[in-house]
Amino acid sequence: MAAEPGKQFDPIRQFDLHNMVDIQIGKYDISFTNSSFMMVVAVVCICLFLYLSTTKKSLVPGRWQSVAEISYEFVADMVRSTAGRDGLKFFPFVYALFMFILFANMLGLVPFFFTPTSHIIVTFALAMMVMVTVLIVGFWKNGLGFLQLFNPGGVPLILKIVLVTPLEIISFMSRPLSHSIRLWANMLAGHIMLKLFASFIIAMAVGLTGAFKLGAIAPAIMTIALTPLEILVAFLQAYVFAILTSVYLNDALHPGH
Amino acid sequence: MDAEAARLIGAGLACSGMIGAGIGLGHIFGNYLSAAIRNPSAAKGQFGNLIFGFAVTEALGIFSLLIAFLLLFG
Repeated sequence: MAAEPGKQFDPIRQFDLHNMVDIQIGKYDISFTNSSFMMVVAVVCICLFLYLSTTKKSLVPGRWQSVAEISYEFVADMVRSTAGRDGLKFFPFVYALFMFILFANMLGLVPFFFTPTSHIIVTFALAMMVMVTVLIVGFWKNGLGFLQLFNPGGVPLILKIVLVTPLEIISFMSRPLSHSIRLWANMLAGHIMLKLFASFIIAMAVGLTGAFKLGAIAPAIMTIALTPLEILVAFLQAYVFAILTSVYLNDALHPGH
Repeated sequence: MDAEAARLIGAGLACSGMIGAGIGLGHIFGNYLSAAIRNPSAAKGQFGNLIFGFAVTEALGIFSLLIAFLLLFG
């Protein structure tokens, strides 16, 4: 298997972690890796973007200021329409999640850059942050009334006990999993797909002879077509993560529906 | 059957899980479009719901794609 030419374009290699600064505390390895570096880059980019675009505040916004305002309005509208007015208390949390995931996804699309969100541990940590917030807010605001979430109205009692409540509980328990796997798998699948088509170009251009080499144009066009799709996915997944966060927060704030 | 062949066949079979996600996504966007053409003024307000349904459905397809990738390259 190792002798096959296709194997040197192993599409999983792009997700390898490298230690940039080795840090070892006790038996825990908390080295600063290329993943951590890209996360820091994403946060620095967000801070610079928001700071620089709002330093020269003007009533008629310039280009940068309007981009910053659009991103703010976009997330604020989303939180208001899904979680209601009292959900706006959690606007900073949702906005931070949205911007971090958006920048991490977008920066990952730059060639040779690493995508932090293509590792399940990163997205799972983000999803658990959301779930813990939802649980704390839910029980803090409603007390045991939060359990009303598993007891929807308008269902016959026997059906409720046998089917609806167990399903609601299972669906609630699987939320952190589906929330994290959705983002992770989308990023992973997208990057693997791009890499595969890119490796087809080289494989065809090198492997084929004569005029057949021109066949490499087909995967090249495909790669070009996939790139905007991936940019769309990068944005859409950040949006989906944020909107699901506000839907879950809505459950915590208004569990009775 | 040797393990390598079983692995590749399994990866192919795992992809069949995407059939359902494809059908579901077609339903979601098709119904959204037909509703949006009937009542264009209400379409914008339902965009969030559209994306929510898209995300929940698409996740299932992505899960099976992920299993295929893990079998192929994992």
